Amino acid sequence: MSGTFTTSTARNIFFGGTIFFALVFLALTYQNEQIIPQRDQHLQLASNPDIAAGKKLWETHQCIGRHTLLGEGAYFAPELGNVYKRRGPDFIKAWIASQPTHTPGRRQMPQFGFTDKELDELVAFFKYVSEIDTAKWPPNIQG
Amino acid sequence: MQYKSQAVAKYYFVGAIALFVAQILFGLVMGLQYVVGDFLFPEIPFNVARMVHTNALIVWLLMGFMGSAYYLVPEETETELFSPKLAIAMFWIFLVAAGLTVVGYLMVPYAALAKMTGNDLLPTMGREFLEQPLPTKLGIVVVALAFLFNITMTVLKGRKTAISLVLLMGLWGLAIFFLFSFYNPSNLVRDKFFWWWTVHLWVEGVWELILGAILAFVLIKVTGVDREVIEKWLYVIITLTLITGIIGTGHHYYWIGTPEYWQWWGSIFSALEPIPFFAMTLFAFNMVNRRRREHPNKAATLWALGTGVMSFLGAGVWGFLHTLAPVNFYTHGTQITAAHGHMAFYGAYVMVVITMISYSMPLMRGRAANSNKAQVMEMWSFWLMTIAIVFITLFLTAAGILQVWLQRVSANPMSYMDTQDQLSLFYWLREGTGVIFLIGLLTYIASFFVKGETAKA
Repeated sequence: MSGTFTTSTARNIFFGGTIFFALVFLALTYQNEQIIPQRDQHLQLASNPDIAAGKKLWETHQCIGRHTLLGEGAYFAPELGNVYKRRGPDFIKAWIASQPTHTPGRRQMPQFGFTDKELDELVAFFKYVSEIDTAKWPPNIQG
Repeated sequence: MQYKSQAVAKYYFVGAIALFVAQILFGLVMGLQYVVGDFLFPEIPFNVARMVHTNALIVWLLMGFMGSAYYLVPEETETELFSPKLAIAMFWIFLVAAGLTVVGYLMVPYAALAKMTGNDLLPTMGREFLEQPLPTKLGIVVVALAFLFNITMTVLKGRKTAISLVLLMGLWGLAIFFLFSFYNPSNLVRDKFFWWWTVHLWVEGVWELILGAILAFVLIKVTGVDREVIEKWLYVIITLTLITGIIGTGHHYYWIGTPEYWQWWGSIFSALEPIPFFAMTLFAFNMVNRRRREHPNKAATLWALGTGVMSFLGAGVWGFLHTLAPVNFYTHGTQITAAHGHMAFYGAYVMVVITMISYSMPLMRGRAANSNKAQVMEMWSFWLMTIAIVFITLFLTAAGILQVWLQRVSANPMSYMDTQDQLSLFYWLREGTGVIFLIGLLTYIASFFVKGETAKA
């Protein structure tokens, strides 16, 4: 820290650097917004209201507190981003409806009392998520 | 303590420590549920325990930051707080809101809580770390704005230093990026993309400004090194933080439906994110080595050095471990992430808040430093908690490596639950270490009640 490198120089570098890289990040975000429509299944989302309803059920039952979805969430229960492909719609519905297992010592999933319509909405949501282009993640079907 | 109004910090620090205890207790519940799956089911389901664990952490750190700001700003600006009454009122509002939210989590099923609290008006709930009901989120905004008003007005009427300026930028950034928690589109990709603008730009962005400012303040006080030198370091550190951390957000955009170019931007910039943390380590040690006085508060100095080391290990090294896209492809969403999260939060934010508490609390209680006996006990708590978090991190890392191998790499990948059964040894070790952490925390609290001879402030 020599004599020419003063606090105000450091401050100017801070502001300049931060603003520059924030602008680069905003440019990348803009680019991102241009590209994601090719990957995010928004047409499916627009044409099937069940998906948004399913997402809301996903949120209001706090599924993210145990499961991951595209790898984000809690690590206590299986990944559900690809559960539609791993298990299929009928298994998903039957599984949710039959919880909890009451197997002693095993992790328990609560019984949420979903109606048939709500189960269909959840399945629509899982189908939609499983078709998002995630750059080939997860590495295999086990999630 | 030079200014009467600094004393409002005490409320915030006591509240923070109380919530810290709640966080750890619920952490232990979750840790046990990892191996005894039906423990406390259905009374305290895992997701509820996790919500309390993470939300209590966030809220107590926010309280710690606010308390630190209330202590630090009058001294830096050389003037009394704009309104100590507002600060105290906001503390109680914040504490009651946090308490009610926790009671809501524990007493009411989450879906019913969502219905009761108007989630239908503006659905924001049910996303990781942002689970709070709408009234709580709005409460956080109100408390944050009142707090910022109070602090900003204080800075405006007093001396302007780099430390208070950096702190203020960090706090304003914190409030601004929280606003993204109100944006929850049905489009999952967009939802996740902007969710990170709160989560990442907090912990790997603006919070680091707050961290740097608090650490710089304490280092000036305990080492007596020239402000000029310390403030220059502070600017260099936060420059490195933001030029790496902002685009470093890209390391969350590999697998959530966002374009592949993020794999390059995210990998390169987040690979540089350890640099500011390493600079922080050098900073802390350098300043302590060049100290011009022997401050009687040895415990605070230890916490400050600990922050430098542990934030580098937890956020820097353990972050780098899984940040490159080809590695993250295998580790994303495994116990590796959990390992990193534990050491990073402890090393950076828990420790810096405790550094500030450790430095300021004796002064607020009318002495330069605690008695030698009390400090020895506090240092015991430092080592207990720090070593415990190191081992929690190591055990979770071991669990994570095994998980990645069994579930994602091996020729015959196992299912998620079968893999989990294979990890139970490490989960048990983690839980045992968690108990040590709790003992460390209780030791820390006990150190506040140890008497003995003290020097006048």
